[in-house]
Amino acid sequence: MFRAAGLLASTALLVLVVVASIAIGAKQVPVGDVWHGLMHSSGAGTDVLIREVRVPRTVLGLLVGAALGVAGAVMQALTRNPIAEPGILGVNAGAAAAVVSAMSFLGISSFTGYVWFAFIGAAVVSALVYALSGGRGATPVRLALAGTALTAALYGYVNAVQLLNSAALDQMRFWTVGSLASADEDVISQVWPFVAVGLVLALLIARPLNAMAMGDDTARALGAHLTRTRVLAMVAVTLLCGAATAACGPIVFIGLMVPHVVRAITGPDMRWVLPYAAVLSPVLLLGADVVGRVITRPAELQVGIVTALIGGPVFIFLVRRRRMAQL
Amino acid sequence: MTSSTSGSTTMQRLTAEAVTLGYDQRIIAENLSVEIPDNSFTVIVGPNACGKSTLLRALSRMLKPSKGRVLLDGQAIGSMPAKKVAKTLGLLPQSSIAPDGITVADLVARGRYPHQGLLRQWSPEDERVVGESMASTGVAELADRYVDELSGGQRQRVWIAMALAQQTPLLLLDEPTTYLDIQHQIDVLDLCADLHETQGRTLVAVLHDLNHAARYADHLIAMRAGKIVAEGAPQDVVTADLVEGVFGMKCQVIDDPETGTPLVVPAGRKARARTATAVS
Repeated sequence: MFRAAGLLASTALLVLVVVASIAIGAKQVPVGDVWHGLMHSSGAGTDVLIREVRVPRTVLGLLVGAALGVAGAVMQALTRNPIAEPGILGVNAGAAAAVVSAMSFLGISSFTGYVWFAFIGAAVVSALVYALSGGRGATPVRLALAGTALTAALYGYVNAVQLLNSAALDQMRFWTVGSLASADEDVISQVWPFVAVGLVLALLIARPLNAMAMGDDTARALGAHLTRTRVLAMVAVTLLCGAATAACGPIVFIGLMVPHVVRAITGPDMRWVLPYAAVLSPVLLLGADVVGRVITRPAELQVGIVTALIGGPVFIFLVRRRRMAQL
Repeated sequence: MTSSTSGSTTMQRLTAEAVTLGYDQRIIAENLSVEIPDNSFTVIVGPNACGKSTLLRALSRMLKPSKGRVLLDGQAIGSMPAKKVAKTLGLLPQSSIAPDGITVADLVARGRYPHQGLLRQWSPEDERVVGESMASTGVAELADRYVDELSGGQRQRVWIAMALAQQTPLLLLDEPTTYLDIQHQIDVLDLCADLHETQGRTLVAVLHDLNHAARYADHLIAMRAGKIVAEGAPQDVVTADLVEGVFGMKCQVIDDPETGTPLVVPAGRKARARTATAVS
């Protein structure tokens, strides 16, 4: 009951942030005009701004936030590792490197074109990080080290490609720091099916993930399918991170922070952790995006920078916690 | 209780047929056959690395035999649906992980996994079984406590409660008393004996302590170097000769003054002077 009420309160919080994300921006629009823009399209400047900029941007924030938060929660459960996160384990960097390659070497510039490269990049790098950190013997620290090393190398590559290819630079500049600014109806209509499938897959494996949290032997004794669950989890993570990264570039720390906050509320039951993460991650992402639009007005700070600024200290706090190695 | 020697004519529920067990290239046991007598409290004993835990892992389908097969109710256990096995045979592994911040009731409830599915979520039946499991292991009053903050003995009771919630007629326990101090070891074994006597479950446990095995088991399997050296009732199996043969240690076997079961009194390599032990 307590957990259901909390989920309801979280959803109410999300509604508030969504309203803020539509009403607040680099350009100040009176509330009446915001409402007018949502309800009637007169073709006036502010109506267009609301309908074609702020609403798509907010919807994309919802999708990407939910995708990253749920992917982080699944990765933490799967690896029994409290600092597993698509940003830290290099999954987003892998997707980013693949997308940048596709943009600059193959001349692919449409979302439907490069989203597949994002999936491949995400999948290859997750497998690589897992192998580098010792496979089944992977400890939280080794996973984080392997992920960080690969992330550094991949971003070096991304930067090099941008410098050598100045034509692609402009297109990629905002993308590579993580930004919701590219949102339009096209991107949203292409990204939501992948996110939806990923979210459903993640929710379907909540119970087996619960069983696996108690150790492989216990999970098998209870009748859970370990390999099937791991494969489904990796497919879900790849879909969620690949789609999110292809849509707005690599955004770090959302998938790390939110599941920790959520578990403090719900306890370790994945059947609650995942829905909470899906609701509260967009709260953080959209909140960070609104902050980024306000603090440097009339310019904007990309949401990827804001989440990194918030996330860095949180990460240090988690690493310094004595019981970090346990989950 | 029926004598275990009649097992060769009537098929027992859990048997291993000529299994070869090992990890990677290292073979632990070859051509090993064993029957677990129905409704028994079977304990497997033997020195370190004799293959007793490996045998238990094979019986609980954690380890796939490279040759031979393990049969549950006449079917090869490896080819049965995972949840079907999990409704018949439970396992308490040597090491389980309690997720951070989980309560006792939530952990025990996870034992209901094989009885649930996408279309069959939590039911009043689950609630009832979880309550009974906690009651019969004496952890009902700890239901809302966090597992992290319990003592080792309490935690082991909670894990046993989780295995009970699985409602399996067969329950396998891999060294359930390791890491516990003496009164909690006895406490857990008393609990196992209760479950065996009052609920009629078949229990199979691997134990290190031969005296505990002799006291609680009604069927003993003694292993050495991947082979079964002796099996049967403890009073028939535990003799000075067998202990020397299995553990390579001279001893006397006397009657346990408490229970009348065999009690092994080790001789030690040297009879030490009493003064020397008193100093240390």
